Amino acid sequence: MADVPQNAPEQCPGTQSEEAGKSSACAGCPNQIICASGAAKEPDPAIEEIRQRMTSVKHKIVVLSGKGGVGKSTFTAHLAHGIANDDTKQVAVLDVDICGPSIPRVMGLDGEQVHQSGSGWSPVYVEDNLGVMSVGFLLGSPEDAVIWRGPKKNGLIKQFLRDVDWGEIDYLVIDTPPGTSDEHLSVVQYLSAANVDGAVIITTPQEVSLLDVRKEINFCKKVDLPVIGVVENMSGFVCPNCKIESQIFPPTTGGAVKMCQDMQVPFLGKLPLDPRIGKCCDEGKSYLSEVPDSPASQAFREIIQKIQITCDTSAGVSREEETGEMDTT
Amino acid sequence: MLNVESKDVHQCSQGWVPVYADQAQQLAVMSIGFLLSSRDDAVVWRGPKKNAMIKQFLSDVYWQELDYLLIDNPPGTSDEHISTVENLKKYKPDGAVLVTTPQAVAVADVRREITFCRKTGIRILGVVENMSGFVCPHCTACSNLFSKGGGEQLAQQCNVPYLGSIPLDPQLTKSLEEGENFMNSFQTSGTRQAVMGIAEMILTQTNDKHS
Repeated sequence: MADVPQNAPEQCPGTQSEEAGKSSACAGCPNQIICASGAAKEPDPAIEEIRQRMTSVKHKIVVLSGKGGVGKSTFTAHLAHGIANDDTKQVAVLDVDICGPSIPRVMGLDGEQVHQSGSGWSPVYVEDNLGVMSVGFLLGSPEDAVIWRGPKKNGLIKQFLRDVDWGEIDYLVIDTPPGTSDEHLSVVQYLSAANVDGAVIITTPQEVSLLDVRKEINFCKKVDLPVIGVVENMSGFVCPNCKIESQIFPPTTGGAVKMCQDMQVPFLGKLPLDPRIGKCCDEGKSYLSEVPDSPASQAFREIIQKIQITCDTSAGVSREEETGEMDTT
Repeated sequence: MLNVESKDVHQCSQGWVPVYADQAQQLAVMSIGFLLSSRDDAVVWRGPKKNAMIKQFLSDVYWQELDYLLIDNPPGTSDEHISTVENLKKYKPDGAVLVTTPQAVAVADVRREITFCRKTGIRILGVVENMSGFVCPHCTACSNLFSKGGGEQLAQQCNVPYLGSIPLDPQLTKSLEEGENFMNSFQTSGTRQAVMGIAEMILTQTNDKHS
């Protein structure tokens, strides 16, 4: 059964929820008896359909953050641009931030629409080897708000994962909203049969942000999602006038480096604040192309390389575990 | 941020007793943070469970006589926001303050937030542009790290009040990190003036409503 059936009441908790059939909102719903009996909670057939769709996707990376505004979408876009700079790689971005879809703007695709083909929904292409899907492409105007409760958001995420025809791609990077809620659970649940490489977690240096990143890391542990590593964004600002560095978001408790040591997860690197990054995002351009020689671009490239190495290494390990053969390429 | 991280919530016969951030008990606080056994615990809840918690926070906390209840929301227009508005409606909320950073990517999301308020019938008290410019403490040159003016433009375009802007201030960030009351410790700071200006505008708008 669909997560929120057509004939369900407004406050339907979702057919897969623990409260299915039992919540006060369920009274009077035609599906109440089915839900309460647990019959609706059989394994969702979409999980197998998504697994099949994902066989053409080599690596899947989820980008997470505990807090909003730390630069998740900025990082996702530039991770995709960075990998796609290699013409031999096919990359795609899936934006599951349903209420705040920033990826179309950040990637210069504002106003684009989604098209259907015989094999599913077609992503919108930034370059020949870089495709994007986002709820932003389904909204009529910039004022349109997506005022949906969890179950409806989950339904769209399922559709995105099952029905978008990505083709044969090397990397699918999934941008999420901040937190540890419906969107995150749904992505992990629907991809459970499809072997996700892991999560990259973005933070700023201060404890107020790290507090939430620790929760995010514990979320990953809870749902068995490997942590590829943590990126410390907005890490210092060099004044263009006097060239002295200021810590605008001070790492009062040791920043992400210490937190990664404590939580035993890899630290991927620091990205400094550069006003040109925000400007590029506003204009839908790649900062890596516009300002290739800055310290921030250099840092981006090093972090992207580390992520690719991790993905390639763990893919090699998985193949070795399956076949017993070492990867000598 | 309010220096009450290790506190617990207790029950009394009239409901949950909020945590007080000051001796005089002028500032009461309630948060799910007080209900976690460890500060690193993730709250991995889907919408319905979050909605139930919010409803409890609004109906079961023994606030006593309050002049103002401020409700901090996560970003977005989803369960938390719908539940807050639905549960508050009967108490006739004064309105919403929308916070943005200046750059277009952030403003685009707040534009949708304005639509949310209009659709749910919540009055918009105004827009605040946060992280609006950084004055270097070493040479006083100003850098617009996240662009500038986007919040003010949004307010004009959408015909809602513009409440003001707050600069990026490492002293403010540091105070929040340490749970220090910035408004008390930095009485002469420009940032404090900016925050007070915005507070006064909100007080004026909300006092007018009740007088």
